[in-house]
Amino acid sequence: MIHFVLLISRQGKVRLTKWYSPYSQKERTKVIRELSGMILTRGPKLCNFVEWRGYKVVYKRYASLYFCMCIDQEDNELEVLEIIHHFVEILDRYFGSVCELDLIFNFHKAYYILDELVIAGELQESSKKTVARLIAAQDSLVEAAKEEASSLSNIIAQATK
Amino acid sequence: MNPFSSGTRLRDMIRAIRASKTAAEERAVVRKECAAIRAAISDNDHDYRHRNLAKLMFIHMLGYPTHFGQMECLKLIASPGFPEKRIGYLGLMLLLDERQEVLMLVTNSIKQDLNHTNQYIVGLALCALGNIGSAEMARDLAPEVERLLKFRDPNIRKKAALCSIRIIKKVPDLAENFIHAAASLLSEKHHGVLITGVQLCIDLCKISTEALEHFRKKCTDGLVKLMRDLANSPYAPEYDISGITDPFLQIRLLRLLRSLGKDDADASDTMNDILAQVATKTESNKNAGNAILYECVAAIMSVEDNGGLRVLAINILGRFLSNRDNNIRYVALNMLMKALAVDSQAVQRHRTTILECVKDSDPSIRKRAVELVYLLVNESNVKPMTKELIEYLEASDPEFRGDLTAKICSIVEKFSPEKIWYIDQMLKVLSEAGNDVKDEAWHSLIVVITNASNLHGYAVRSLYRSVQAAGEQETLVRVAIWCIGEYGDMLVNNAGRLDIEEPLTVTESDAVDVLETSFKSHSFDLTTRAMCLIALLKLSSRFPTCSQRINDIIVQYKGSFVLELQQRAIEFNSIIARHQNIRPSLVERMPVLDEATHSGRKAGSVPAAVSTSQGVSVNLPNGVAKPSAAPLVDLLDLSSDDVPAPSSSGGDFLQDLLGVDLVPVSSQSGTNQAQVSGTNVLLDLLSIGTPSANSSPSTIQASPSNVDTKSPMDLLDRLSSPSAPSVQVSTTAGSSPMLDLLNGFPSSSPIAVTEGNGLAYPSIVAFESSSLKLTFNFSKQPENPQTTLIEASFTNKSGEVLTNFIFQAAVPKFLQLHLDPASGNMLPANSSGSIMQKLKLTNSQHGKKSLVMRIRIAYKVNNKDVLEEGQVNNFPREL
Repeated sequence: MIHFVLLISRQGKVRLTKWYSPYSQKERTKVIRELSGMILTRGPKLCNFVEWRGYKVVYKRYASLYFCMCIDQEDNELEVLEIIHHFVEILDRYFGSVCELDLIFNFHKAYYILDELVIAGELQESSKKTVARLIAAQDSLVEAAKEEASSLSNIIAQATK
Repeated sequence: MNPFSSGTRLRDMIRAIRASKTAAEERAVVRKECAAIRAAISDNDHDYRHRNLAKLMFIHMLGYPTHFGQMECLKLIASPGFPEKRIGYLGLMLLLDERQEVLMLVTNSIKQDLNHTNQYIVGLALCALGNIGSAEMARDLAPEVERLLKFRDPNIRKKAALCSIRIIKKVPDLAENFIHAAASLLSEKHHGVLITGVQLCIDLCKISTEALEHFRKKCTDGLVKLMRDLANSPYAPEYDISGITDPFLQIRLLRLLRSLGKDDADASDTMNDILAQVATKTESNKNAGNAILYECVAAIMSVEDNGGLRVLAINILGRFLSNRDNNIRYVALNMLMKALAVDSQAVQRHRTTILECVKDSDPSIRKRAVELVYLLVNESNVKPMTKELIEYLEASDPEFRGDLTAKICSIVEKFSPEKIWYIDQMLKVLSEAGNDVKDEAWHSLIVVITNASNLHGYAVRSLYRSVQAAGEQETLVRVAIWCIGEYGDMLVNNAGRLDIEEPLTVTESDAVDVLETSFKSHSFDLTTRAMCLIALLKLSSRFPTCSQRINDIIVQYKGSFVLELQQRAIEFNSIIARHQNIRPSLVERMPVLDEATHSGRKAGSVPAAVSTSQGVSVNLPNGVAKPSAAPLVDLLDLSSDDVPAPSSSGGDFLQDLLGVDLVPVSSQSGTNQAQVSGTNVLLDLLSIGTPSANSSPSTIQASPSNVDTKSPMDLLDRLSSPSAPSVQVSTTAGSSPMLDLLNGFPSSSPIAVTEGNGLAYPSIVAFESSSLKLTFNFSKQPENPQTTLIEASFTNKSGEVLTNFIFQAAVPKFLQLHLDPASGNMLPANSSGSIMQKLKLTNSQHGKKSLVMRIRIAYKVNNKDVLEEGQVNNFPREL
């Protein structure tokens, strides 16, 4: 099971955190500090796994971002690497060659995508296309609601002019 | 009011935060935004609620407190539109976790949304429930989720399946409700549903044997077929990852098959063919393929034995091990650990490669490899393996040395074919990485040396040589000092020389030189220097010619600012100067330390004699509490039988050490007194070097520090003026201060001091297991007989530190329980500390029913969760 997902920039800034196991606010800060200290300092050719507090953290660096997932001892580390890559490809497809800035300004979108991919710390969908389709459908629902709202406020504005 | 003017946009806030050049600037921006958001919240602003929440989430990610926004999430979730709900649920998952009470309020909204007509809203609710649902929510909403497992849209079914996993993990009792629904998910076509359905089955199998049996009987064939279809499937663009169709699904299928095949020959038989096919046909040049192979090997190792398959699996691991990719090598080492249990012969074949991995530049790989090597060592290969490891010790990273030395020490101790080899290897380790060696390791070395009477001379001479070469390794120096003190004469006269030894000429003053340099070295800590003093005292008797020089060294420290050194210097100086006649017997060699007691203690199982004696501090008639023998035994590694009876004044070791002539002081009441203070001096002499070795679970541990300031002085008074019996008279007369002094350790002292009103009760051992001891002390307020105050004290008898320690208690209805917070959540090993926790019990049927309590203790040891449970029935009746 994935206990949490972290996206950390090379400077140690947190770009996304998702906790599937209960950690208090204080613990979360501590975990992030501890792990970024461990992971950001590792050399480029070393393996992508670090052992930490009886768990394993699988991480992979994409450009300036480290994608980290914390899993149980007996989980399949290689598969988690594949899940990370799967997530990155979906982000890439959604944003069109994703970069760190996309994830900063549209952090909520990244969360929505992650929620279509992982629930309760387990993988939900292996098809990138399906995830993209579901996100697009929900985005268009939001757009439709916005349009409706603005046309309503136009009507109100006209009426009260 | 113009709706477009209130507050900044999310994008602008992020820009402003990013534009901040200093942390202070950033804080100012955040503070301003938070103020605006709080204002908007108190105005109950509807239009910008979602934007404000989005901002809060960003602020939250930066690590600022955002609890004031929690209620906004609930309001957004409760609003009718999809956009509001979407952001509301996101905020809920981000800002809250399952432990927050606010979450209770959202259960109803989630329930409504689970029944919503819009499937995307149903999806949001399922996602939130799956990610942060608490046990209460799981119980309340399980029927809805169960129903959604049959929803028409597959995307909802897959979410419901994962949600079910959360539910059964939180409330395992609900597992059986999901068994049939989960089984029917396995016959679906949609990959998302299959992946989640298989995962649900895996988790059900872990929780319920009923589920395991059901799936084994009904689903094994179907799963094998599914796996075969996938493995043989033609190119499927939607699910393809580097030429493999849906590795995620394949991996999960293999994992479920592993659970089903474990300990079941029939099921294992069914899946043999497909496992063989996957193991041979899967492409291994890409990560996805290797992930499948890795899972397949794990499955082969778990299912019932099939020789051919095992060979196949071990070969795959061998290939992995020689792979250039570090990730693959890492998982190979990981899996070889499991393979060791199945086929250690096959793993031994890869020994050389594994030893190479110990030297890898990647700490993760090294750690795995060392652990594997540790398991690989046996009697037949211990010599070459140790040689390799010790050679590598020299080159290893400083941060890795601790781990490595601990493993080497443990290997050497466990498998040493002969004592001389053990001593040699330990000396090598101490010379190379003495500062990383744990106390237990060098303590056991000393124990082994004292027991090998034919090697005393050899050991002390080798140590002398090693110290000359590596005098900066503190633990090496300690062992050398100890041995020179004990066997200094053998060092000089080459007694008991073995054939293999090179001749060594050491003069008496050379030996004293070693001690003097170490003693005066500033890089060594108090323990080492105090040990030097004892060794010097011993040598002063062994080497009469150096006696004056030694006395001169000792005298210099009579004015030391370090209390411990000063005290020893004064004591020893007085022994050398005034008590020549008793000195030789005083500094005789230590009795042989008992190996069995030592190793037993290390394993955490303290001999019964010790654990019982420590509980009962005998309250002697003359009012002097004599601390039980435990600490003494502990310090000297003697079995408690060796503790001198108060009357014995002949050859007991107290005299050996200090030559305290008990005879003149043993007036009737003074005997125990002298006994006690003698013990304390002894404690004092020896305790300092071995604080962490004291593994007795006794609280008396705390006492030396209280005692040693006073009683040795007492003793010295007596030494210098043996004709003054007034000393004893005063101490016996003032019995209660003495009692205080000796029982000055925490109030958990087993002697309940009875107050005037008689409201004291004997304390009880409420719970005891191999690793834990829980003692209850009771007290009552006289005006409130129904209420009992309990002070619980936990000690850790094992050799491992316990962390995340939580104590829980439950009582029947007629009792009321109030728990105060505990004094800590970490228990140091070997009873070297305790956690205290106060409980208040109110008995509504006081006088009719006695107290009873169920307890549960959870903690982590070596990062493994441990749960201990028990019932306390032995409360004193009158409570």
